[in-house]
Amino acid sequence: MNENLLRPVAIAGAGLGIASIFLPWAYGPRILDDMTYYFGPSFLQVCYALLAVVALACLVAHFFLDRMSWFARVIAWNDAAKAASLGAVGYAIAVIIAIAVGGGGLINVEPGGWLALGGGALAAVSWFLPASKAPIFERLRCPKWVQILAIAAVMAVLLFAAAFALNQSEADGFLVFAVFLGAAIFTFHATGFFGWLSLAAANNRKVLVISAFTVAFAFPFTQNGSDANMSVAAQVLTFAATAIGLNIVVGLVGLLDLGYIAFLGAGAFTAAVMSKSVFATLSVDLPFPVVALISGTVAALFGLLIGTPTLRVSGDYLAIVTLAFGEIFRITMINLDGTDGPNITHGSNGVPSIPNLDFFGFDFGQSHEIFGIQIGRFSNYYWLLLLVIGLIILVFANLNHSRIGRGWVAIREDEMAAESMGVNTFGLKLLAFAGGAFLAGVAGSVKAYTDTSVSPDQYVFLESAFLLAAVVLGGMGTIMGVLIGATLLKLLPEKLRYFEDYRLLLFGALMVVMMRFRPEGIIADERRQLEFHDTDEELAEEVEEDLTTHHAHLNADKELP
Amino acid sequence: MSTDRSVLLDAAHVTMRFGGLTAVDDVSLQIHHGEIVGLIGPNGAGKTTFFNCLTGLYKPTSGAVTLNGEPLPPQPRLVVKAGVARTFQNIRLFHDMTALENVMVGTYCRTKTNAIDAIFRLPRHRQEEKVSTELCKGWLDFVGLADKANTLARNLPYGDQRRLEIARALATKPSLLLLDEPTAGMNPNETRQAEDLIFRIRDLGLAILVIEHDMRFIFSLCDRVLCLVQGAVLIDGTGDEVQHDPRVIEAYLGSPAEDGPPGMAEAAEVPNA
Repeated sequence: MNENLLRPVAIAGAGLGIASIFLPWAYGPRILDDMTYYFGPSFLQVCYALLAVVALACLVAHFFLDRMSWFARVIAWNDAAKAASLGAVGYAIAVIIAIAVGGGGLINVEPGGWLALGGGALAAVSWFLPASKAPIFERLRCPKWVQILAIAAVMAVLLFAAAFALNQSEADGFLVFAVFLGAAIFTFHATGFFGWLSLAAANNRKVLVISAFTVAFAFPFTQNGSDANMSVAAQVLTFAATAIGLNIVVGLVGLLDLGYIAFLGAGAFTAAVMSKSVFATLSVDLPFPVVALISGTVAALFGLLIGTPTLRVSGDYLAIVTLAFGEIFRITMINLDGTDGPNITHGSNGVPSIPNLDFFGFDFGQSHEIFGIQIGRFSNYYWLLLLVIGLIILVFANLNHSRIGRGWVAIREDEMAAESMGVNTFGLKLLAFAGGAFLAGVAGSVKAYTDTSVSPDQYVFLESAFLLAAVVLGGMGTIMGVLIGATLLKLLPEKLRYFEDYRLLLFGALMVVMMRFRPEGIIADERRQLEFHDTDEELAEEVEEDLTTHHAHLNADKELP
Repeated sequence: MSTDRSVLLDAAHVTMRFGGLTAVDDVSLQIHHGEIVGLIGPNGAGKTTFFNCLTGLYKPTSGAVTLNGEPLPPQPRLVVKAGVARTFQNIRLFHDMTALENVMVGTYCRTKTNAIDAIFRLPRHRQEEKVSTELCKGWLDFVGLADKANTLARNLPYGDQRRLEIARALATKPSLLLLDEPTAGMNPNETRQAEDLIFRIRDLGLAILVIEHDMRFIFSLCDRVLCLVQGAVLIDGTGDEVQHDPRVIEAYLGSPAEDGPPGMAEAAEVPNA
């Protein structure tokens, strides 16, 4: 097809799409976030408009390429337009489905909704436009403050998106917003922005870490005292902390551990039976940090116990042994009920009603008011978990970039060669196993207090499988990837209870798709990314040269008249 | 040639049996400080098995190996610590690590940083990290890979991978370096560079035991050559003695008179080396 015809059609489509948000999309105000107003677009309608505006801008930019000089090469205009318009179509479809399901039939879709779909579909003819040249966005060299600002902005957007997504109590609103996020990420990816951002992040590691923790710390303030959401957030953090511990064993050393949840359980049970609950059998009066250390140590002892005989085998055998260990742990906890064994855990009832933590008079069970915002019980535990996960990340990162981390990765790559280079392979594997167990145990001790009860049925094989899935999905050996993977795997089931029956099926499908198209996970290990950085340096210089010559031309032009 | 120097490694009557198969049969070898010894023999002669006996990978069925008069420890990593490093016949680098990281794995057995030091970034970690980084950059420079420090091992060309393996072995501070076919798959130019590199390593005071099939390479490099056939020592002598020994030629090519022309061309090449 002729490009001269395609582009105006696509532009018109994007324009219609933008216009559509000034019309009502849905018949009833209860559907999604009330899309019934004329000239009063709801938030989800604005999301659509954002995609349409980006598509429009990228399509129109084509006519000004000559005047943009070097900037013309920065963004893959056509690719971005394609991604944005496809995203808009997908989003419109998602909204229409949500309206039809929520309202009971397509009759509930007002003309605005159909206009959005039609406009998006017209814009999507841009798919037939020629592909852009590879953009030079990621090779742009920017002053440090621009990079820092970009990181801060992305973090702020993340915070906002997370808060909004969590506040969607209905599955439909959450899903529609998730589709928008997917479309937005797809579009940004097409522009080449993420390549630039990951380089900026690599150059400003400290800024990245500080801003990430600031955002995570600020999160409870966005919840207006809603403890339901903070409970989910606390669960996500527990899950993520455990997954990072597992990431040492799986991602760095390459040992397949299918019973890792048992170590979380060991920590949780230790903390529970030592707590002041009336059901606790070994109740002692110790400050919580000591309890957390004891819980970690108990878990680490379990790790040593299971690791010493089994780490001499590897691969499939280790997977089977750890799988069995996970089950043995759970059944043992059930049997320590006073009839089948000594009464330590109250069997399948576990240890309920664990009292809240009390730090120097700060009661974790009480709500507080900070800056006029209610901070509930789960927010307190959320902050405690944030501290724990910070420590776990510190341990992971510092060990990874040390002699020990190099030994671990060497074992993963080629165990026999590592041994032949003087690496104490057995000792390092045991250290990883016990160390990972220790971290899980510490996380478990906090989990016991957060959940107020501990019972064996929380520590089933499926949980181990999900932990492993979080590591593989996010990216083995990375921190950021595992955080993302853990968040997705914990948040989605919470928000999509509607699909609960199909949960495992959907995860299975997701894993298959991931393994097919991105086996290294959402975020690739930096060791695997390194190869790109070598060439980036040269390209960046090349671009810089281009820019300086361009400026020289500009100045010359100015001087001429 | 260098027999006046003190003995570094002494393998006495080493025998290695796998079930009924005798892979190494009563092999004795002494390596002296600063000596380059070649180990040749047709395929399946037991060269690599003998190598593995010297690196602790196999425990000899009978016989003893001593290093500086001490018996060789029973585990590969302890053997490395005692001062024997090796490279592999089929390159075994850590592919997803950078060249520098690969070499730094070699320093593992010479450093003491423990998990606590590393987690809290205590002075010992920082000190050792600095020293080993400098040291390993030095080794990369030594083998000619200084500009490839941050390249992933998997992205290095074949010849560079071989040299990286040598740098990694050198980082373990060995007194004896075992090279298993260091020029396999190299072109003549790269082979010459490898030869030069091995001489430079010898000049650092290391002893070297090298397995190789390239006779030109072996005879120009080695002070002494040991020829294994079917697990047993055929001859142990200087390069000159070995290459003129009719039994060596026979072991490689069969009896020339009976085999006729096809083997003759190659048989002629051996003395020419």
